[in-house]
Order: sequence, then C-alpha cells, then structure tokens
Amino acid sequence: MKPRVVKDFTYPRTKEELPFGPGSQAGVLVEVNSGWRTFKPVLDHEKCINCLRCWLLCPDGVISKENGQLEFDFDYCKGCGICAYECPKKAIVMVKEGAE
Amino acid sequence: MSAIELRNENKKFLSGDEAVAEGVKLCRPDVIAAYPITPQTVIVEKLSEFVASKEMDCQYLHVESEHSAMAASMGASMMGSRTFTATSSQGLLYMCEMLHYVSGSRFPIVMVNANRTVAAPWNIFGDHRDSLSQRDSGWMQVYVENGQEALDMVIQSYKIAENQSVSTPIMINLDGFVLTHTYELVSIPEQNQVDEFLPPYSTTNKFDFENPKSLCFTASPEWQTEFRYQQYEAMENAKKVIQEVDKEFSQVFGRTYGGMVEEYHCSDADYILVAMGSVAGTAKIVVDKLRKQGKKVGLVKLRFYRPFPKEYFKKLGKKAKAVGVIDRDISFGYEGAVYSDVKAALFSQGADVKTINFIAGISGRDITKEFLAEMYSQLEAIGNGDKVEEIQFTGLRWK
Repeated sequence: MKPRVVKDFTYPRTKEELPFGPGSQAGVLVEVNSGWRTFKPVLDHEKCINCLRCWLLCPDGVISKENGQLEFDFDYCKGCGICAYECPKKAIVMVKEGAE
Repeated sequence: MSAIELRNENKKFLSGDEAVAEGVKLCRPDVIAAYPITPQTVIVEKLSEFVASKEMDCQYLHVESEHSAMAASMGASMMGSRTFTATSSQGLLYMCEMLHYVSGSRFPIVMVNANRTVAAPWNIFGDHRDSLSQRDSGWMQVYVENGQEALDMVIQSYKIAENQSVSTPIMINLDGFVLTHTYELVSIPEQNQVDEFLPPYSTTNKFDFENPKSLCFTASPEWQTEFRYQQYEAMENAKKVIQEVDKEFSQVFGRTYGGMVEEYHCSDADYILVAMGSVAGTAKIVVDKLRKQGKKVGLVKLRFYRPFPKEYFKKLGKKAKAVGVIDRDISFGYEGAVYSDVKAALFSQGADVKTINFIAGISGRDITKEFLAEMYSQLEAIGNGDKVEEIQFTGLRWK
C-alpha cells in the first residue's frame, strides 16, 4: 500500500508556521527519496510464487500486494536489494538505474 | 511571612529530600520514573511509598538506570503526562544524552538533582560539578537554599516549565546532604491551593489518537537553526515567567524568593558575594555580622543559572566596588564556571569593578562563616587597590 498522504507538504514560510519543537502532524510525506537508488529491483511475475518473503522483509515497506500481484513503490524504494537476495525463486533481479 | 502566619499552617519536620517528595505529591504528577542514587534516594523512596499507599494516583516506574529514567520520563511526557524524576551526580551524567533529547523536544519535565560531586576521586558529598557540567543541555537550572525553598520550587517549577511560552524542562538543584539529609520545619501548602495555582498539564506537543503526530523528528542542516532559535527564545521568555510565577506564588502561599536572584543587603553594598545553594544561608549570617561592624557588604543568591540573569549583573557591575563569586566547582584550564558567566555579564558594559573567584565547598567540604568573612575581607582589600589573587582555593592546605 502506498503511504497515505494526509496533506501536501509545504515548508514553513513564517516563524509561526514552524512546528513547536520537532513534532508535526503525522502522515505527511515531505519528499520522495528514490534519488538514493543505484540499482532497482525488477520482478519476473512468471517466476514469482507469491510467497511474500520480499514483502515481509523489505526494510522500507515499499512492496505492496494489494492488487493481486506484488508491486514496488519506486518513490520510496532505496534499492538495497534485500528483496532480490531473499527471493527463493530468484524472481527479483537488481538492474542498474537507467539500464533497462 | 506575616500573611502565612495568620493561617493555620501545616508544618512538618522534614529532611530536604522528604520536603521535595511532599512538593511532588502536591503537584499530582501522572508518571514518576527514577533510579535511586545517594543522596537523592529518600526522594524516590518516599514517592514510591506515596504511590504504594495510594496517597498518590500516579504510575511509578522502577527503571534499570538513569538513562532509562530520563528516556521513560520523556516517553511519559510525550503522552502529555506531568512527569517527575530525580537523580544525582554520576546518575545525572549517565542520563546526559537524554537531557538534550528532552529539552530539544520541549518536554517540561521537572527533575530534582541532589548536588553531589563527580568521581574521581570517589566521593558522595555535595558540590555543583554534576549540574554545572550539564550547563548546555538546554534545561533550566535553579539552586535552592533550604528544604522549604526546595518544596516550593517543585510547585513553581511545573508552572514555569509548562508555560506555553517556555515549554522547557527544569532541574531543581538541592545540595547533597547539607540540604537533602538535614531536617528543618517545612510548611506544607494546602492541596486545594496548589490545585488552583497549578492546573493539570495541557499541551498540544503530545501523541494523540485524534490528532496523530510525529514527534522528535529529524531536522536537516537547513532547518536545525530555526529550532535552536526556538529554544533560545523559550529561555529568554522564561526570565519573565520566572518572575511572574514567583510573584503569583507569594500572593497565594506567602513566600517569595525573588525569581532569578535574591538580593541580601545589596542596595548600598560595595562588596558583594555571589553564591548558589545552601551556602547562601551561612553567608546571610556573615553579612549580618559584618553589617553590625559597619561594613558595606551584601550577598547575591544566584538562583537561576540557566536562564542566566545577565541583565541583573550588568547593573550590579556599575554600582559595586568588588564582587566575589563562590564556585562549588572548577572548570579546569580556566576558572569557576559561575565566575566566568558573572564576570562576562558584569563587564559587558565596561564597568569598573574588581572580581575574585573563590573555589570552595568542593566535594562536601564545609564553607564556614570564617571562610566567608575572609572572602569579604579579600574583596575589601582588592577594592582598596591591594593586589589579590584572582582564583583562590578556599581552605587549600598548601600549594
């Protein structure tokens, strides 16, 4: 499931808009951080047996199973490759960004 | 005092630690998380007894260390609970990391620190080296003179810390043994008066199911400065709030402490000692004695070390001939920490005043009346143009 965005984030423009101490309304995503990624996971749906091991072990929870098949949220996947390493069927491979 | 004498006072013969526990009980905290350490132990023993006997409706957490005590206190405060903890010396140092977390996150926790030196050499007796080493932790620091002031400051401290314009934790410093374990008659305020003076804690800086929040988030280099400015501003606001709360307290309970500083015979004094904590009591006796001999001496009891009463010392620098600062600590490689701050404020507008730093009362050594009288005569000497050593270790056996 993609993270639920409560409202669009805008940086404080005045002193009054700065939160009172380091605390703010929860569920506000400031920015995507996919820029960190060097390799991206690519899933072969033919090989996938839907064991959900990748879904369970993804440290950032960016793999969703809502639509019947597994999908990555590339706005937040940091490209760590744990899913590919853990996949028992080698259905996920890490591909260099831009090399597809 | 006259206002209070008219009332039917409830007085008890209590140690400083017990007086603190009575004060905490009156403030109705929701959570207490603490780890025992001499000479603070009696505070937390008494409080756990109050909770066990249901005299207090409060969650008491026996944690495994001081670091956990402050972490648990922070967690409780994050839920919007009024929170209390107490520690001393090595324990304060052990929770040091969490002190910054709490102040940076703006949780108004009240903590009593039973002042005790820090090892090595190992010693359990009092000086201010523990709390002064935490100067920059972002906590307010107040130093008290006796058990009554300790009790009263617990009540005042919640009111100061929880003020929305301050929202900063506060450390009440109580001299180890000299205050924590010494018995005196202490007037216990009425619960209904405390309830009226100190309403339940209310804040938006908390976790809440209706309004989910992310607390203690990361701030990037681009944003950290603005948050630090908030803390700076909060401490500046506190200076005013401290005075207001003391005034309001005196109207209800009949006792006043002067807020940031208490002056004793300072209006026409040429020679002034600045001191924090219990030694102020002894110094007042010495001032009385010297005044009878016609000496123009005075005492400034420095109550708040953070926020620091810079504006007060700026003015003092213009009227006194010589100012001595008693430091129950030493910043090795420089001078007493309190002296540095007092001196900087005194001279900030180019005053012509002589200063001496007395390093005294280290690790529980007595600061006697004789020592204090000698300090005043040193101030008189330097005021008359004699050459006097700037940093003096009071009562030092040899050099």
